[in-house]
Amino acid sequence: MTPQEIYDILKTQFGDAVLEVKIEGARDPFIKIQPDKINDVARFVHNNEQLQFDYLMCLSGVDYKGKLGVTYNLYSMVHRHKITLKIEVPTESPDAPSVESVWKSANWHEREAFDMYGINFLGHPDLRRILLPDDWEGYPLRKDYQVPEFYNGMKVPY
Amino acid sequence: MIETSFDIAKTSTGKSLRTEEMVVNMGPQHPSTHGVLRLEVVLDGEIVVDVIPHIGYLHRCFEKHCEHMTNYQQVIPYVDRMDYVAAMTNEMAFVSVVEKLLKIEVPERVHYIRIIMAELQRIASHQIAIGTFGIDMGAFTPFLYYFRDREKILDLFEMTCGARLLYNYMWIGGLSHDLPPQFIGQAKDFCRDFKKTLQEVNDLLNYNEIFIKRTANVGVLPKDLAINYACSGPMLRASGVDFDLRRDDPYTLYDRFEWDVIVGKGEVGVVGDVWNRNMVRQKEMWESLRIIEQALASLPEGDVQKAIPKRIRPVPGDVYGRVEGPRGEIGFYIVAEDSVTPYRVKGRAPAFVNLSVIGEIAKGAMLADLVAIVGSIDIVLGEVDR
Repeated sequence: MTPQEIYDILKTQFGDAVLEVKIEGARDPFIKIQPDKINDVARFVHNNEQLQFDYLMCLSGVDYKGKLGVTYNLYSMVHRHKITLKIEVPTESPDAPSVESVWKSANWHEREAFDMYGINFLGHPDLRRILLPDDWEGYPLRKDYQVPEFYNGMKVPY
Repeated sequence: MIETSFDIAKTSTGKSLRTEEMVVNMGPQHPSTHGVLRLEVVLDGEIVVDVIPHIGYLHRCFEKHCEHMTNYQQVIPYVDRMDYVAAMTNEMAFVSVVEKLLKIEVPERVHYIRIIMAELQRIASHQIAIGTFGIDMGAFTPFLYYFRDREKILDLFEMTCGARLLYNYMWIGGLSHDLPPQFIGQAKDFCRDFKKTLQEVNDLLNYNEIFIKRTANVGVLPKDLAINYACSGPMLRASGVDFDLRRDDPYTLYDRFEWDVIVGKGEVGVVGDVWNRNMVRQKEMWESLRIIEQALASLPEGDVQKAIPKRIRPVPGDVYGRVEGPRGEIGFYIVAEDSVTPYRVKGRAPAFVNLSVIGEIAKGAMLADLVAIVGSIDIVLGEVDR
């Protein structure tokens, strides 16, 4: 299925929750979704017979300075097609529904995005830091992150 | 599997002997975790009730470093250090994503050499995987045989780019060095000689009675669960999914060669168990040898540095690309802004994703089987923690 057809199916199903699409000129065509609808959209693209996106290749957090984004790179093992979904949440209240109930692989990816960007995935069963220590402060991959001077009383050299 | 645990714990009087659960930490320093991985294991006697992996001991801020480089080229040595036993395939993944971002066409010779290197690296990585897995299971000999032959692969890498482990060999648009004149002959000799070792280890290890007892029917990962957890590589194929990125999402020139995708068939045990994961790796090395031999025989001429761009400044946008590494899908998600440095790089490490399924497949297994399961996932903590 082409990205345009995938977009058409999503647009008829979800209407205004589909915010933006970029197919021409984009290296990976993407569809931007309203953040609070992402779980519904994920479940739909996973279960829909024509789409069957059963494989979540990658889930990445991105800091767009002022907004935090999550990118979902999806693939269908059955139909062998791809699509990229994106959401954007404000940095002050970075809440987004979790898609862990749809793709189990999202579990650790979402924990990583929480760890590095502080994106709060609602409905995630085990949202805690994964790569950094539990007592780490701040979210290091945010663009405005300041390296703390001390960690547990130890001076951080640089 | 859980039910059987209660059966074992019942006495002849029918009274249950189920005892209190105990938490045991396996690792961070434990030989069978292949690095610094801590598994918090909840045990009911000998039976694993739950496994909670704790990772991050080897976290080196790979993604943060990428954003603070002075150009894209400088990221490549960091990529090497993600999966340090298969650095070539990691480089291949990163450079092919950046080339996709820049829309560069690289010469055919570069593609061929990359394929040869990636397949040699796949063999070298599987040699470590099977060798150390054999040690976990109490078989020392395959490890020694494989390490003897792995030296020959490292010699080939060394004569090409000077490094034996972390190469910085594949550059964006080309390669750091062309092949030295003696490479082709020596690589052909390796392919010929290694087949003998492969057959030998196959006879020694894979159908060994003790080895089968330890690995068959252990840690079974069903097909749909493997896809839902986005497992990839030998882990996915051992579960009976006929999927290989080299064939199904083609990159470089793999479609020019004749080779087969190895899928777990369950000759011993059931499809998706530890034995089949090991067997898929074993058989994949034969296929890699086939690819290398064909590529060596038809290597085109050309300048390997012709397409290297003077300055890398992509058009803003984002791209996700992936290649088939020894452990599975190595992907990079790169967001480019109007700058010479990447705005965001996310490494999708196959071992990171494959490891997340362990809580699911280890439930109900014996503690000793957990060692087999961890070994069969073939984790490299360098890329799990990045």
